Amino acid sequence: MKHMIIDGVSCEFEKARNVLEVAQANGIDIPNLCYCENLSIYGGCRMCVVEDERGAVEAACTMRPKDGLVIKTNTARLRKHRRMILELLLASHRVECTTCDQSGSCKLQEYANRYGIHQVRFPNDYSKIPKDETSPSIVRDPSKCILCGKCVRMCAEVQNISAIDICHRGKDSYISCGFGLNMIDTSCVGCGQCAAVCPTGALTVKNEVGKMWDMIYDPGKKVAVQIAPAVRVGVGEEFGIPASTPVIGKIVTALKMMGVDYVFDTSLTADLTIMEESAEFFEKLKNGDKLPMFTSCCPGWIKHIEKTYPQIMPQVSTCGSPMEMFGALIRQQYKGEPLYSVAAMPCSAKKMEAARPELEKDGERLIDLVITSQEIVRMIREVGIDFAKLPDTAPDEPFAPYTGGGVIFGVTGGVTEAVIRKVLGDTSDATMASVAECGVRGLDGIKAFEVTAGDTTLRIAVANGLGNADKLIEKVESGEEAFDFIEVMACPDGCIGGGGQPPACNARKEERYQGIFEADKECALRSSEQNPALDGIYKLLNGRAHELLHIHYPDHNR
Amino acid sequence: MRFNNVNDFKTAQKQFSAILGAEKNKVLVCSGTGCMAAGSKAVYERFIEVLKEEGLPVSVAMEKEPHEGYFNVKKCGCIGCCELGPLVRIDPYDLFYAHVTADDVPEIVEKTLKNGEVVDRLVVDEDGVSYPHLTTDFPFYKGQVRNLMEHCGNISAESIEEYIAAGGYNALCKALFEMTPEAIVEEVSASGLRGRGGAGFPAGKKWSQVAALPADPVKYVVCNADEGDPGAFMDCSVMEGDPHRMIEGMIICALAVGSEVGYIYVRAEYPQAVARLSLAIEQARAYGLLGENILGSGKNFDLSLSKGAGAFVCGEGSALANSIEGKRGTPRPKPPRLVDKGVFDRPTVLNNVETFANVPMIIEKGAAWYTSVGTEGSPGTKTFSLTGNIKHTGLIEVPMGTTLRTIIYDIGGGLKEDRVFKAVQIGGPSGGCLTEQHLDLPLDFDSVKQAGAIIGSGGLVVMGTDTCMVEIARFFMNFTKKESCGKCTTCREGVPRIQAILERITMGQGKMEDLDMMKELADTIKTCSLCGLGKTAPNPVLSTMRYFKDEYIAHVQDKRCPAGVCKDLCIFRIDQSKCIGCTKCARNCPVDAISGSLKQPHHIDVDKCIKCGTCKAGCPVHAIEEV
Repeated sequence: MKHMIIDGVSCEFEKARNVLEVAQANGIDIPNLCYCENLSIYGGCRMCVVEDERGAVEAACTMRPKDGLVIKTNTARLRKHRRMILELLLASHRVECTTCDQSGSCKLQEYANRYGIHQVRFPNDYSKIPKDETSPSIVRDPSKCILCGKCVRMCAEVQNISAIDICHRGKDSYISCGFGLNMIDTSCVGCGQCAAVCPTGALTVKNEVGKMWDMIYDPGKKVAVQIAPAVRVGVGEEFGIPASTPVIGKIVTALKMMGVDYVFDTSLTADLTIMEESAEFFEKLKNGDKLPMFTSCCPGWIKHIEKTYPQIMPQVSTCGSPMEMFGALIRQQYKGEPLYSVAAMPCSAKKMEAARPELEKDGERLIDLVITSQEIVRMIREVGIDFAKLPDTAPDEPFAPYTGGGVIFGVTGGVTEAVIRKVLGDTSDATMASVAECGVRGLDGIKAFEVTAGDTTLRIAVANGLGNADKLIEKVESGEEAFDFIEVMACPDGCIGGGGQPPACNARKEERYQGIFEADKECALRSSEQNPALDGIYKLLNGRAHELLHIHYPDHNR
Repeated sequence: MRFNNVNDFKTAQKQFSAILGAEKNKVLVCSGTGCMAAGSKAVYERFIEVLKEEGLPVSVAMEKEPHEGYFNVKKCGCIGCCELGPLVRIDPYDLFYAHVTADDVPEIVEKTLKNGEVVDRLVVDEDGVSYPHLTTDFPFYKGQVRNLMEHCGNISAESIEEYIAAGGYNALCKALFEMTPEAIVEEVSASGLRGRGGAGFPAGKKWSQVAALPADPVKYVVCNADEGDPGAFMDCSVMEGDPHRMIEGMIICALAVGSEVGYIYVRAEYPQAVARLSLAIEQARAYGLLGENILGSGKNFDLSLSKGAGAFVCGEGSALANSIEGKRGTPRPKPPRLVDKGVFDRPTVLNNVETFANVPMIIEKGAAWYTSVGTEGSPGTKTFSLTGNIKHTGLIEVPMGTTLRTIIYDIGGGLKEDRVFKAVQIGGPSGGCLTEQHLDLPLDFDSVKQAGAIIGSGGLVVMGTDTCMVEIARFFMNFTKKESCGKCTTCREGVPRIQAILERITMGQGKMEDLDMMKELADTIKTCSLCGLGKTAPNPVLSTMRYFKDEYIAHVQDKRCPAGVCKDLCIFRIDQSKCIGCTKCARNCPVDAISGSLKQPHHIDVDKCIKCGTCKAGCPVHAIEEV
């Protein structure tokens, strides 16, 4: 174990990336705007400057930790420089905090307050490039951009898409899509990971709280809201509840208090998805169809296939996402009743999925609006509910029951584990334990393992983050690897890290991961086929299950 | 044609030497960019044309065997005194002609080439003294030690055979066959050669750092030929005039550190350098001096050119590496240094053109010889581009430690039109100014650093009292603002703020608080910026404010420009004692600001005047001045 002295405090470290992380691990918060633990080191914002014993000033994010190194993070000179950097940033930023969506979670605002910036001595010259609101999922506002470059690095290094980059140089720099195209026309899949790392309001997930209220206050129509698995670990933390504590019961209560008529848990249709998808998979196995079969519930992943790997679409499951399936169920159940079908999702790309031409059956839109976990949090705050004190309420019948297999859809590997549970058909402790150990668990970017059921051995892979998905696809296309089944989630760590969730560091997402498996353990039933509502659902669908629950995208017919 | 071993080389060298030695009648036309811009290409072509018209035997390249009686017309490298270009040298007379045009050529052929007579009007004449043997006698060359530039002006800039004949690639043979890689590094270290790009880092130390690393899987040798400082043309002249010299230096470096692949990153704004380097590389490859199994040694090394795309910041090492890799040319945070993770994250030696060009003579003549010139801390010579308000502008090469006084008054001939010396800008946009108190400062890395300035790459801009130092600061800040890569907050946002303040000051809208604000901004930019460009960007402002504070105060408080440069702060005034009352100014003034009757002294109404300068330009007796 090595030691550094930071501000007189002895800080231990073993293998830290830089002095910044050593400080953070020891409770010393060095300010930084362009640093992210999951991205390459940039060294651009200069806020994290620290002083060594000789008085030399260096950025903590690029400083190598050394045994015995002595540094100060807080001196007269550093304070002066940090304040000047903030002044310079504020002078080229559109300062409209009171009406900005990022207010309260903006790092620039936070630091301006933290360092007591009371005057900006330079004339303001914020960027006049207009907002890009063409994407249903993401809003880009160059007037707020501080050119930290995190969005560029996230889209390039983690998602391997590079839909945006920095153009020109110097003071003329700005972030843009290639050739100045609107986001909707580029390879952007709407995953929202750029917005998740953006420290200011330059990149935000579209805020449609107003539309939700309009729907709730519409006297002529009822509102049904389905809540996705990952949302139950994406809301509580904003109200002081640990992220590892699922709060689905409180969310249902809060929505009812706000005037929502029917509240459902998408975990039900996750169970339904498992039924449909495992049947589809074994059909493909039996027919000797080209494998692997890919999952289809992640809209970012579907968009990515359409834009980059259209040739694999024939291998993608035709199952709609659990959100789509619930939309179809609601329309059947409440046929004839004027009803808004709303989905509460951890996902920004779902806003785009809901608007897809395919999400329409019998001439009716399946989903009228998608609101994210972040928007639910806004609404709870707006109404002034003391969320932490709320009692639990169960979701509404006839769609209340769900199993652990459905809930775990919220994490990477969840869909796959639910499939394995169903295939093994046995939820004894021993079997559940061995499933947990088979290689499907954990937050690694790529997991590959084998599962044996009877005399069939299946080779399975799970990827989260599109960069990892690309690596897997390349190995499969080149013939280097072969799999029977591949699950892809576009967002790192799966839906718990979705673009619609409150942005979170790796440690916080690990807590959410634990929370989902807590919710799983709390379920009386652990495997999808055990869901008692399934019979009723298929009766409701009246022989039209495939027609209503499956989506054939254009490239499916290649 | 290919040299398969040292013997092939040595044999050919003897042959080339004999042929070159037999070239008695030579016309060397200076073909550095300066003289080319002045028209030396036409001069070169005209010589060949006229000689052919006269029926005289002409040779433009080294022939297969000695040929007496030919007139050898060559394009040579920068002779140095660029102010006098196009320059032509005629041998065997060691006779120099200046400001030569294509129209002068027939007379030169007739009089000098055919009859050995001097065309007096083309000989440099200064203060009544003639300098036919320019490089020997002209004051510009006194005090210069042209070691690096030894071939420029003496041999063709486009011939590897002439380079070899003049002793070129001997050092390479020695390095290949008589020295171990460790011995090469030691020799360069012992020579004390310090990087000529500006930082002055010991070259031997850098080489030893890369030599110590494993070649996993490759190491790179890269030459920084970006030369971005405005007004600097030293590297340009070396690349255009003696390209093989730096190539040889790079090959020797590659042997020393264990590299087989090299890049020359040359700015795209130097098309002539690109052309000459490309030609030189092809020539070296053809003879087997580049490529596989060099001279049968079993060692490989090859070079390719990587062109810049118009960014000053790509002269910064890590930005240069990114640019070579095809990425945006923005600097990387350090650590890691380039020697550890450079181009494509491999160990890389990055040195300046001049640094590499120094290497062959160090290897050939030894470290002890090299240290006999210059100072102890800064051995060797340094090229400088001497420009500005100086009588003799051009490219000079002096021992390190030469004083400013020698350079400005002896070599440079003092200020033009007897203006009074004010300051010399040294080190380009990263540098500062040195003033009268520094005239006896020896120009070497350490002395200059102690005086609070940097040598930089070697640009010297001499300024007289009619130069406004505030405007100079504004000019450099404007340059840096445009060239900033934009990655780090302090440079991207801070430099334009300083530049905006300077704009206001030069327009008469400055306030005293502006001076403190610039210092405050400068401090943060210097301390916190990511790379050398940002860290040194405020130097011109800080330096001019330090030595010319009064000039700033005059601009800000009195709204006056003492040097008479900042238009918005100047007033046009008619000298009543000189005015002859011709009324020309009044008649031409577009705003009727001038009053006066015929044959009476006229007067300008300052409130109406728009400072267009028409009156001053047209006054027949120069009675109108800007104050």
